[in-house]
Amino acid sequence: MGKTVFAGRDIISIRDLEKEEIEHILRKAEEMEKGPAPLLRGRTLGLLFFEPSTRTRLSFEVAMKKLGGEVIGFSDARLTSVAKGESLIDTIKTVESYADMIVIRHIREGAARLAAEVSEKPIINAGDGPNQHPTQTLLDLFTIKKALGRLDIKVTLVGDLKYGRTVHSLVYALAMFDATISLVSPKGLEMPSEVLEDLKAMGAAIETSNELDISDTQALYVTRIQKERFPDPEEYEKVKGTYKITLGTLEGARKDLIILHPLPRVDEVSPEIDGTPYARYFDQVANGVPVRMAVLGLVAGVL
Amino acid sequence: MTKEIKVEKIKEGTVIDHISSGQALNVLRILGIAKDYPTTAVTVAMNVPSKKGGRKDIVKIEGRELKSDEVGKISLISPNATINIIRGGAVFRKKKVTLPERIEGVVRCSNPNCISNSEPVRTRFAVERKEPIKLRCFYCERVMVRSDITRQF
Ligand SMILES: [Zn+2]
Repeated sequence: MGKTVFAGRDIISIRDLEKEEIEHILRKAEEMEKGPAPLLRGRTLGLLFFEPSTRTRLSFEVAMKKLGGEVIGFSDARLTSVAKGESLIDTIKTVESYADMIVIRHIREGAARLAAEVSEKPIINAGDGPNQHPTQTLLDLFTIKKALGRLDIKVTLVGDLKYGRTVHSLVYALAMFDATISLVSPKGLEMPSEVLEDLKAMGAAIETSNELDISDTQALYVTRIQKERFPDPEEYEKVKGTYKITLGTLEGARKDLIILHPLPRVDEVSPEIDGTPYARYFDQVANGVPVRMAVLGLVAGVL
Repeated sequence: MTKEIKVEKIKEGTVIDHISSGQALNVLRILGIAKDYPTTAVTVAMNVPSKKGGRKDIVKIEGRELKSDEVGKISLISPNATINIIRGGAVFRKKKVTLPERIEGVVRCSNPNCISNSEPVRTRFAVERKEPIKLRCFYCERVMVRSDITRQF
């Protein structure tokens, strides 16, 4: 795959990427891990966080700086002209005259797609409401690949599969790589039927359940269940207890099981797991940097 | 035995034939007949046997020729309809509605959190399935089905 395939391109949705392109990004991320080079010296990355997210912003900032580049932008739209009612379109048009690439996070779905339409410079989506967050998906894949050596494994996703942003694009990507996907969620928080339809159209192997059984799973992806989603607080307490991952839950698990979580967690993964080889959620955070370095370098046309 | 149902002929106007069975009222809603044309004479036939087999709805609108953007809207809920423009009691022009691969501007995204509902942009949808219709918003990637569309009119 040549330099031209990614140079100047927007990274908005995992749906825009072919399987081979994802593999290419993951390979480049592996290279980035071996040692950064000042490939982006003299270039500027615009970080437009209309919705605050310290974690994602820091990760992009570190990635850009490791490649020798500069960052500009804002981390809270309330402090900018956006708060005075400036449209997204105008903000993008302003920032693109200072930046070579732009990372955007916005509360509204489709914001990054619109930004890409408006901007001459490459746009990277760092989360558009509950829709897409492609670099999160890429780092999830990277973490699984690094730990298990492959992606065509059995993955169990547990928690809020209805509103959880990360799980929708992750299952889509996993289906591309022929993973066996098990979806476990409380009643009312199941994977939306339109997502299931898409997955079936891709020929994905999927099972759904309200009960967690991890006996043959190789990667357990845990997401947070938010209290606000439940009309009945008692129901919430019940569900929360059922899906909480403790050492007890892991009896009978495969030895090479890995547990992932997009973070921040509340108490869906017990801290007693943290010291075990199963816990890989902090690896995910670390893996975010080389994955984002790869994305930035590819989009900038230097990798 | 099926019997042809006689609907009174119109002299000038539009006959929309082969509407998907049960969708005639949605066609009227999409065209804004009750709201924007309160004095237009409209005849509706529903669930009548079709010569092509199955059942269909028919709408006849006296004294009004549909414009192309209106025809486009009809294709969203009834992709096999035909539009007959009637002049002087005869069919002046007959055409099938066509549902394009992409829909622009005709409908809003039904996702209230979609950026297309807060910024000055023209909506865009990919047609992922024609009958029953399934659209995917270019911006938020959410899917819209027939009920999401008819609800807007
Ligand atoms: Zn939308």
